[in-house]
Amino acid sequence: MNAPVMLGLPTMPPPAPRGVGNLRGDEKFPAAARRALADTQLRRNLGKATTTIRGKRAQVVAELPDWEELREAGRQLKVHTMADLPDYLAQLESAVTAHGGVVHWARDANEANQIVIELIRGKGVDEVVKIKSMATQEIGLNEALEAVGITALETDLAELIVQLGDDKPSHILVPAIHRNRAEIREIFLREMADVDPALSDEPAALAGAARQHLRRKFLSAKVAISGANFGIAETGTLGVVESEGNGRMCLTLPDTLITIMGIEKLVPRWQDLEVFLQLLPRSSTGERMNPYTSMWTGVTPGDGPEEFHLILLDNGRTAVLADADGRDALNCIRCSACLNVCPVYERTGGHAYGSVYPGPIGAILSPQLTGIEDNASLPYASSLCGACYDVCPVKINIPEILVHLRAKHTETYASEHRVPSAEAAAMSTAAWVMSNPKRWTLALRSGRLGRILGRKRNVIGDVPLPLAKQWTDARDLARPPKQTFRDWWAAEHGGER
Amino acid sequence: MRTALFITCLADAMFPEVGKATVQVLERLGQTVEFPAGQTCCGQMHVNTGYQKQALPLVERFAEVFWPYDAIVAPSGSCVGSVCHQHAMIAKRFGSPGLVEQVEAVAARTYELSEFLVDVLGVTDVGAYFPHRVTYHPTCHSLRMLRVGDKPITLLRAVEALELVELPAADQCCGFGGTFAIKNSDTSTAMLADKMRTVLDTGAEICTAGDSSCLMHIGGGLSRIRAGAKTVHLAQILAATREEPMVLGRAERQAEVHAGPEAVL
Ligand code: SF4
Repeated sequence: MNAPVMLGLPTMPPPAPRGVGNLRGDEKFPAAARRALADTQLRRNLGKATTTIRGKRAQVVAELPDWEELREAGRQLKVHTMADLPDYLAQLESAVTAHGGVVHWARDANEANQIVIELIRGKGVDEVVKIKSMATQEIGLNEALEAVGITALETDLAELIVQLGDDKPSHILVPAIHRNRAEIREIFLREMADVDPALSDEPAALAGAARQHLRRKFLSAKVAISGANFGIAETGTLGVVESEGNGRMCLTLPDTLITIMGIEKLVPRWQDLEVFLQLLPRSSTGERMNPYTSMWTGVTPGDGPEEFHLILLDNGRTAVLADADGRDALNCIRCSACLNVCPVYERTGGHAYGSVYPGPIGAILSPQLTGIEDNASLPYASSLCGACYDVCPVKINIPEILVHLRAKHTETYASEHRVPSAEAAAMSTAAWVMSNPKRWTLALRSGRLGRILGRKRNVIGDVPLPLAKQWTDARDLARPPKQTFRDWWAAEHGGER
Repeated sequence: MRTALFITCLADAMFPEVGKATVQVLERLGQTVEFPAGQTCCGQMHVNTGYQKQALPLVERFAEVFWPYDAIVAPSGSCVGSVCHQHAMIAKRFGSPGLVEQVEAVAARTYELSEFLVDVLGVTDVGAYFPHRVTYHPTCHSLRMLRVGDKPITLLRAVEALELVELPAADQCCGFGGTFAIKNSDTSTAMLADKMRTVLDTGAEICTAGDSSCLMHIGGGLSRIRAGAKTVHLAQILAATREEPMVLGRAERQAEVHAGPEAVL
């Protein structure tokens, strides 16, 4: 590969483009969350599902005496890979090519979608089967294919439920986590032409119906589309980790396989899987090992697809990599453990985040991929409780990145507006007051408003102040004390007042 | 050993009883506590809301004011968490290399109350008396940032006449989260509702914790629904003795409901 020639100052790499893909929501998080919180069925489904999976994860993680060492190994492997990403990508490209695969580079969602469309058209088909893949969700591949008359059939059970229900995924691993089995049965009865009208809502019966529906498609499909959990630079091997086996069917039956992989999914060596294949299943489904792990290296004549295309997707990732304080978000192996433990996600569900990447990882990844201002409410969608950081198998310090992105947002806002926001003004005033003990003491003494308001019950009920209203909607406020601590101290111990 | 109290801006303005209680406990254990009047705020609210640069003067002030002391004690896991985990970051981004060194040195000597009592003084029985049914909420920053572990529980177990009941799903966030409680008030309230339910399920009259901020959130919610349970800071429980018991509900002790900073604006 020729090294690119750089002239002049390097420019900032572009974010994921607008108008394509599923990284941006229609409304801000608090508004979307408000609606989700009112959906009692959603909250019941999510509460149940996340509690179960949290318990399973905790159990299998506790079995491993070297869990913390594994996490550290996972983190270091990822940090190392990101530091040398261009070299490893070039290695991957030559290894895949050497094994008969074709590598395509896609700068963004539009380019990736276009490459896929042309490849499918080249095969003269108008129907493809798909393995569950976050990257294709991210770039809105199904929508792009539909626009040119190509049908993409999701073969993952949960993904199929979402697709048939004309819905959006709300979890990166369990896309239909917001649905219960009664709802799923109803969707199948409505959308599957060939389903038995007496279908029950037993999980086995539902899976059976989906299997029947899909089996014929697997056997007739000429082209399959997948994502990848890992790409191994050293060998050019791609890997998909799954539970159902439908992925294995897609990867082996059709003649042509197109894999779309974010450039951050690389690991340097085959041996590195030792670490990740221990971390991933335990963190994601709470299993010691997932049922199906498929690996393929280019093409093998007479065995599986005869044509293999790998599309390496940037779509804002280089921009993330350029931010030293935010780039660890690229280390994510999409296990979804952080979603399952997040108290915010558990209550609002995934749709409120507006992006295919919900929960804590979404709150740090989506705003970085799109540029902070397109997802500015997401870094605030967290109480910074830190549960995500504790479970992350590659130790991404999510709370720290959230705080970093909040700063990035306020700084971007300030640089684009001449008048500071009301919040920025209040913060500046507060900092000005608090950076000087005399001013602070005076401010405390003059703060008597709350005491007047709270005269009756010793607590403040409804305070008619715009900011305080958000507080007093659900919580009382105590009346501030007559004497601050510092005044008490001065009175007791003497000294400066 | 020169020991300084870092009161935190919230307790200074709203919960002076928590500060007085901290002083009482430490003095009862033979410590001489100083209160450097130059202190104000750790800057956590600024950092967590996205105003890192504005936090710099607060970080500088903290390091300067507390530099002369061997130990700095605060009745707040959250503020100590900020001192230990955020000050160096702010200093690195906006301050001088000298400041980085200074804040790191001061942070290493800054302790949350239960850490100071158990780790530094080596005391678990502080001679307290508190004849109430109590449950303990391990606030997120004490639990996951500072890793105070069961130090507060150990201290509570040693309190005479105190009946400690375990809080179910204790590690779940109460939903406060600083400006999160305002910016995402609906989600915050949903989290609060679950926390209140687990507190009330224990049948405890008192929910205690090491952070006034979370307590004013939980306590404010309990007060609003007239739940018949209150929030009291760990320091206040540890300060109560047979001779000077804590009388719950006495308005001037401000133990009932932990209130928000909005009230002083
Ligand atoms: S951020 Fe960590 S915990 Fe969350 S999905 Fe990614 S790897 Fe898993």
